[in-house]
Amino acid sequence: MSIAADDGPGMVARAFRHRSFAIGAVLTGLVIAAALVSLFWTPYSAIELAVPRKLRPPSAEHPFGTDHFGRDILSMIMVGARNSIVVGVVAVAIGCSIGTALGLLAAARRGWVEELVMRFSDFTFAFPAILSAIMITALLGPGTINSILAIGIFNVPVFARLARGAASTIWARDFILAARAAGKGQARITVEHVLPNILSIVIVQATIAFALAILAEAGLSYLGLGTQPPLPSWGRMLNDAQTFMYDAPYLAVFPGLAIAVAVLGLNLLGDGLRDLIDPRLARKR
Amino acid sequence: MAFFLLRRFGTLIGTLLAASLVVFLVLEVLPGDPAQVMLGVDAEPSTVEALRRKLGLDRPPVERYLAWIAGLATGDLGISYTYSVPVSELIAERLVLTIPLALIAMAMTVAIALGLGLYAASHHGKPGDWGVMAFGQLGIAIPNFWFAILLILYFSVHLGWFSAGGFPGWSAGILPALQSLLLPAISLAIVQAAILARVTRSAVLEVLREDFVRTARAKGLSRRQALWRHVLRNALIPVVTIMGLQFANLLTGTIIIENVFYLPGVGRLVFQAISQRDLIVVKDVVVLIAALVVVVNFLVDVLYAVIDPRLRTQR
Repeated sequence: MSIAADDGPGMVARAFRHRSFAIGAVLTGLVIAAALVSLFWTPYSAIELAVPRKLRPPSAEHPFGTDHFGRDILSMIMVGARNSIVVGVVAVAIGCSIGTALGLLAAARRGWVEELVMRFSDFTFAFPAILSAIMITALLGPGTINSILAIGIFNVPVFARLARGAASTIWARDFILAARAAGKGQARITVEHVLPNILSIVIVQATIAFALAILAEAGLSYLGLGTQPPLPSWGRMLNDAQTFMYDAPYLAVFPGLAIAVAVLGLNLLGDGLRDLIDPRLARKR
Repeated sequence: MAFFLLRRFGTLIGTLLAASLVVFLVLEVLPGDPAQVMLGVDAEPSTVEALRRKLGLDRPPVERYLAWIAGLATGDLGISYTYSVPVSELIAERLVLTIPLALIAMAMTVAIALGLGLYAASHHGKPGDWGVMAFGQLGIAIPNFWFAILLILYFSVHLGWFSAGGFPGWSAGILPALQSLLLPAISLAIVQAAILARVTRSAVLEVLREDFVRTARAKGLSRRQALWRHVLRNALIPVVTIMGLQFANLLTGTIIIENVFYLPGVGRLVFQAISQRDLIVVKDVVVLIAALVVVVNFLVDVLYAVIDPRLRTQR
């Protein structure tokens, strides 16, 4: 610990001096805060209908206005943040854990196992999230689980390739040779030496994948394949907004802004993390 | 080169077969009885039985799969259950919208991205570079369908320059048809261009640092000459990779964008087929889009080998 302290300012201080990371952290924090607060408080109910106050433009009472059912847009966006975060986190967790495990396996075993994992990755790339979602909808009907599965499946090959590439370079290093000479098996070397060394790259990718998952979830719920009413979701809100484009154009603005803020925040956070973890990359860009 | 192509072609066929098998399993075997799914749970058993016989679902799955694959290879995709016309006809009349839309969007993407990427790289660290980078970050963060809605809000609702959606058909004349594809193509292109511009910028910057560029400059070439003669070709490899992936993104992006603009393309077809539970159409369109994605990736790999001869001997 004392060695790290002598290096100058701590990791946290250094992180917040990094512009991308700081802006990304603030934007992401905003979205997470909105989701957390919505668990116990929203200005109005995001679900109950209040038709008498429908389609009100933004005002002090309803900062983002109300929709065609009189629901407060700000409250819906707060609850929608929760939905986006849950779908994103679970989908990325699925893709990241299965994908990284496959990539580690491929790098450790080489030969036909590696070939099989890579061919499987190539093949999964043929099914972008939206195609998987269409098939899953045809099978199980639309819903939140649908988007989680579709986005999760889409992420498996992404992480498998990343982990295999990174793990292969680690396997070529001298300290792995030393570990093998010490009699450690493939599984133990993978867990004790390879995984810790590729973890930072995986975390950076997970941040970016989280941003992409939020975009994909919005697209799926825009099409009606994702989260179903009455639960608010940002994509669904934009779909509703399109119906009332002539009467209430403001409806199309705020849910889109929410998506953009969340995705921008996570992307900047990911870029910042990458630079902080590997300063050599930062100088190259 | 011949061996590389042959090997890559073998992988292509294998991937296509695997993809068709997955689509078949998910849409025809896993649902149990597709006829029941298509008609709903309240359907009369006799109606379900009739449809099952009509679609040939009483045959064993292996036989059905082989018949389907043979049909795919010969262009006979079966009869749509809701439209009662051959699926191949349905898809063909929708493709004349989707393919031009994707191509126009791709052309816009490449033009914008190469322009901005080269500009940013040759103005590295200056305000223009920062502007391109900011555009890149924003473009990636904005969902294309939201951008599409904003375009409709401004150009159709506010200014009234374009209709808010729909397609007059190519028979109404090239110009009106192109006009109705303009906003959809822009909304597809901007996001992809933002990503590609960043890739182009960093690829060009990377190559600019190489020794051979310094040699070219020392030989007396101007910065611009070196850029066009030596840097661009070498920077193209990562750019082409991303372009291949992006064409796949554009194809699936059309599914959403066609729905935003109510364009009768393949994306809208598959979406309508889901809500009508027309599994025949869903199955054929999904496998078609997956096949297009796989074939585009194959072409990208072949293109690499053309751009970079070193890759031909590897693997």
